[in-house]
Amino acid sequence: MTGTTEQPSRRASSEQSPGPSGAPFPAHELKRDFPALLLQVNGKPLVYLDNAATTQKPRCVVDAIAEVYTTGCANVQRGAYRLGAKATSAYEAARVSVQRLIVAEHPHEVVFSSGCTAAINMVARAWGDDHVGPGDEVIVSGLEHHSNLLPWQELCRRRSARLLHIPVDDQGALDLEAYERLLGARTRLVALAHVSNVLGTLNPVEQMVQSAHRVGARVLVDGAQAVSRSPVDVRALDCDFYAFSGHKMYGPFGIGVLYAKADIWAELAPLFSGGGMVDEVELERASWASPPRRFEAGTPNLAGAVGLGRAVKYLQTVGIDAVASHERALSTYARSVLEAIPGVVVLGGAEGNAGIVSFTLEGVHAHDVSTVLDDAGVMVRAGHLCAEPLLRRFGLPAVVRASFALYNTREDVDALGLGLRSARGIFGL
Amino acid sequence: MSDLGQLYQASILEHHARPRNPGRLPEPTHQAAGNNPLCGDRLSLTLRVSEGRVSEARCDAKGCAICRASGSLMTEAVIGRSCADVRELAERVLAELRTPVEPASGPPAAGVPSPSGVSHDSLAPLEAILHVRHFQGRVRCATLSWEVLEKALGPLTARV
Repeated sequence: MTGTTEQPSRRASSEQSPGPSGAPFPAHELKRDFPALLLQVNGKPLVYLDNAATTQKPRCVVDAIAEVYTTGCANVQRGAYRLGAKATSAYEAARVSVQRLIVAEHPHEVVFSSGCTAAINMVARAWGDDHVGPGDEVIVSGLEHHSNLLPWQELCRRRSARLLHIPVDDQGALDLEAYERLLGARTRLVALAHVSNVLGTLNPVEQMVQSAHRVGARVLVDGAQAVSRSPVDVRALDCDFYAFSGHKMYGPFGIGVLYAKADIWAELAPLFSGGGMVDEVELERASWASPPRRFEAGTPNLAGAVGLGRAVKYLQTVGIDAVASHERALSTYARSVLEAIPGVVVLGGAEGNAGIVSFTLEGVHAHDVSTVLDDAGVMVRAGHLCAEPLLRRFGLPAVVRASFALYNTREDVDALGLGLRSARGIFGL
Repeated sequence: MSDLGQLYQASILEHHARPRNPGRLPEPTHQAAGNNPLCGDRLSLTLRVSEGRVSEARCDAKGCAICRASGSLMTEAVIGRSCADVRELAERVLAELRTPVEPASGPPAAGVPSPSGVSHDSLAPLEAILHVRHFQGRVRCATLSWEVLEKALGPLTARV
C-alpha cells in the first residue's frame, strides 16, 4: 500500500541548467517519467507549457492511483478488516507527506478537500460566516485568481462586509505601503496568492502576514501556484490558512489541501455533515469528531490522497529547491527569447519570477497565437487566465501564458520562440 | 493546405485586417452584444431593419482573427436578406459550426452534405468560417457573432 517504489529517472545532480549548488538539473531525463511528454504533434515533440493550469503526471503517480483501485480498494476509517486498515493507513500516510511538505506542526492541521477552490470556499463559509460581520473588512490583492476573489466577494455580500483591494504596480508587484494603510481594526482577513498565476510574482507573504497579525487579522494564502515551484513552510510564513490543489503539483485531479492552524480547526464548526465526521449521533443531535475528520464528511478520496502523497515524494526526490531554481532560470531564459521577437511585450517585472511568463504579441490576438503554437506542438494558455481584474489593470483583454514545470527545457522555450515567429509570418507581420 | 492554412485562409486574414461594416449604427432598430468568457472576445452588433429586411448591419468585434472575420462575413451575408432568411441562415451556420468533426477525418469535400444535412454549396460564401469546426478549441470564436445575431433579431416566434 506504500505505492510504487519507482524513483524519478535521475536526481537533480547531473546535467542541464545549473541548480542552486551549480549542479545541472536533469530536466531531459525527468521528461521520461511523464508518458504524455513522449508524444508527438504533427511530427514534432509535444511541448507542454501550460503547467500553471495543470501539470502532467509522472508514471509513479498514475501507478500509485491504479494500485489503490486494483489491490487497495476499501473505505477509509470504516472497515475493521485488513483491506480497510490498509486503506486508512495509506490515506493517513498521504496526510503526513503533505504535512512534511509544507512543514506544518501536526498532521491534523492538514484537511483534504476536492481542490484549492473548494478549500478557499470552505474557509469563506465555515470560518468567514462566523468571523466576518457587518462593517468588517476583508482585504484581497489585485492579482488574485478568481478562486481567491469570488468567495470573498460572496462572503462580504452575505455578511454586509467591505472588500478592499491591494493595488498592483506596473511591474506586477503589490503596493505594500497601500496594504499597510488598508489594514485596520476592522480587518478580519487578508487573502493573498503566494505566487501570481499570471505574472509568476512571488509575493512577500511572510512580511504581509506579520502586518496583518499586528491588527489581529487572519491570513489565507492561495498556494496553488507555489507548492510545485517553491519551498513552502507554513510555520515560517505564519499564515493561518494555506490552500492548494494536487493536480498543479504532479498529483491527480479532485484532491486538494486546506491547512489551518490547529487552534483554528479546533474551534471551527463543520461545513458539511454526514458520515465519518461524527463523534456521537442521536436522532436529534450529534457531536463532531476531532479535526481533521470533522472537515472530511463522506467517503474520503483515497486514490486522490495516495496519488498526491506519491507526487509529494516525487517532488521531494527531485528536490524542491532545485526545481525552483530550474524554473526561475527557464523564466529568465524565456524572457530573453521572447523579448528578442519584434512585437512581444512581457508582462510584469523581471524580478522574482517563479516559472510563469505572460505576454502579448502585437498584431496577433492571444487566441490566434495559441492556435499557431498548438500547430507547432507547443501548448500554452491564452485568455484572461481567470484573473480578469489583473488583466484589466494592465488594459488587456487577453494574454498568452507560458508556465514551466520540472520537465521543461531550454529547447521547449526555443520551440515557443519559433512558433511565435511563425505566427508573425502567418499574420503578415 | 496545412490544417493551419485552412483555419487562417486568406479571406479570414483579410476580413480580420479590414472588417466590413465595422463599428456601430447610430440609430439601430435591433442590437445585441455578447462575449466569450473563456478568451475575453467582446462583440456588439447593430442592425437596421425596414420592411422585414436587414438594410444595414455593423459589427464591432474586439477579439481574435476568427471572431472578427466571422463577424465581418456575417454582416455581408445578412445585409439585404429578409429577417426570416437571416434567422434561418444563422441557425444553419450555428448547426454546422457546432457539429463535432473527428480530428483525423479532415475537411469534407465540396458539395458533400455535412452531418447536419445542409449542403455546403448553399453556404459557400461562408465556407472559410465553417472550416473552424475542424478546430474544436476555436468554434466559440466563430459562433459568437452568429449567436449575437440571433439575440439581436429575437426568438423565432417574434417573426414578423
